[in-house]
Amino acid sequence: MNRREGEGCPRKNVTAAQEHDTSVNPSSPVIAAFRVFQQELDTKHDKYERLVKISRDVTIESKRAIFLLHRVSNVPDAEEVLNEADVKLDGVRQKIGQIAEELRGEDIYQYHRAYTPGIQEYVEAISFLHYIRHRSLISLEEINARLVFMRTEKADSKSSADALPPGAQVLTFQVTPSDYLLGVADLTGELMRLCISSVGNGDIDTPFQLSQFLRQIHDGFSYIGNTGPYEVSKKLHTLRQSLGKVEDACYTLRVRGSEIPKHMLADVFSSRTALIDPEEGVV
Amino acid sequence: MSVTEMFSYIQGFLSADQDVREDIRKVVQSLEQTAREILTVLQSVHQPSGFKEIPTKCAKARELFCTVRMQITDLKTKFPVEQYYRFHEHWRFVLQRLAFLAAFVVYLESEALVTREEVARILGIEVEREKGFHLDVEDYLAGVLIMASELSRLAVNSVTAGDYTRPLRISNFINELDSGFRLLNLKNDPLRKRYDGLKYDVKKIEEVVYDLSIRGLAKEPEAGGDK
Repeated sequence: MNRREGEGCPRKNVTAAQEHDTSVNPSSPVIAAFRVFQQELDTKHDKYERLVKISRDVTIESKRAIFLLHRVSNVPDAEEVLNEADVKLDGVRQKIGQIAEELRGEDIYQYHRAYTPGIQEYVEAISFLHYIRHRSLISLEEINARLVFMRTEKADSKSSADALPPGAQVLTFQVTPSDYLLGVADLTGELMRLCISSVGNGDIDTPFQLSQFLRQIHDGFSYIGNTGPYEVSKKLHTLRQSLGKVEDACYTLRVRGSEIPKHMLADVFSSRTALIDPEEGVV
Repeated sequence: MSVTEMFSYIQGFLSADQDVREDIRKVVQSLEQTAREILTVLQSVHQPSGFKEIPTKCAKARELFCTVRMQITDLKTKFPVEQYYRFHEHWRFVLQRLAFLAAFVVYLESEALVTREEVARILGIEVEREKGFHLDVEDYLAGVLIMASELSRLAVNSVTAGDYTRPLRISNFINELDSGFRLLNLKNDPLRKRYDGLKYDVKKIEEVVYDLSIRGLAKEPEAGGDK
């Protein structure tokens, strides 16, 4: 096309040459401006990717802590398992400290999407541990209170020069109420599994406690209804199923618990939850 | 804290959040209204008669931007400034439209690419996040891309109106813009999707320039008496 234009008229030739020039000319104001944008966007994307990576680590470690906690019902020394989980979650908190570090001075909601899965998983793990220990729901404040980090190494090099006040080195991470809510919704799935496995171990009390606790959480979610983020309504459905299973389990225990030897309860129970037992009347 | 207490605390938070969103939505609605008005004013440059009136149209559009500045000032009061990105989705669309309109006005006036600082000034907002309500770089770029497709339309219509040199200038401008965007490493996001449309605008304008060139119409502004 340039050749044609060049043949067409000399005047056009000049503009065509200019056009060619500007597209490679690095000193043009437009190109200069876009170089700035390039840097800004790259910085932003890099930070985002780093956060995604930390978040994945947080997710994996939290999941491992949850698996560990599921072992609590069939080992003799529960306290040992709980302490081990505590250590694991300390490691997770270190990682969250890295997130807080990345977010220092940023708008936390700008990168929220990058780290929300990890945080939800952490809420699930920490609240699961809290439930097993205290049989109650951990509050948002309690979670946030543990996410306070002290920066030491960096502050040292600086404070030698201008002696920063100690308050300046404290980093906090705030779990948002919706992340908390979604994490608690995931917790109910774990509680359901805990209920099933405790029946397997012949533990008759835990299922009843769990069903009561789950019912409270379910009521809480119904109270929130559709005012929450839209993921909540999706999780509410799963929550209902979990609650249904646990309530069914309690029902079975109550009806048949007195008739069947404890070591056989697990078998009865699993067939009961799998489908509505067709041989109910026979047994 | 019992489960019920915890949930009613969260519920309180959520409904406060909803109230804020409701307020923002109202202001954004009026912003959208003003943006549409500005667009209507500027659309008339596509009319054959509109080409001579470009300066008056631009002046009128700039007047309307005063209303925009007021509405944005109002918007700023609706939420805490450090939570800009929490509610970003609500005004993202309209801010991109406004960036486009500002860029278009500046192009019509001076045939140059508006800087991000200039857009921010026209809208009465900041460039840097730390200073308050700001223009996100991606929104600015999206606005510039909307302008590119508007310019490809303008190139076609300026030929119809008998202005044969404008498409050449637009072509230079768009080519420069294209090489600017090539410098960016875009992720697979809405901005990237929009950028993918830029090549069709470039193509369209090149076709117009080609049509003019082979007919020798691109020579002189005066020679364009298409008879």
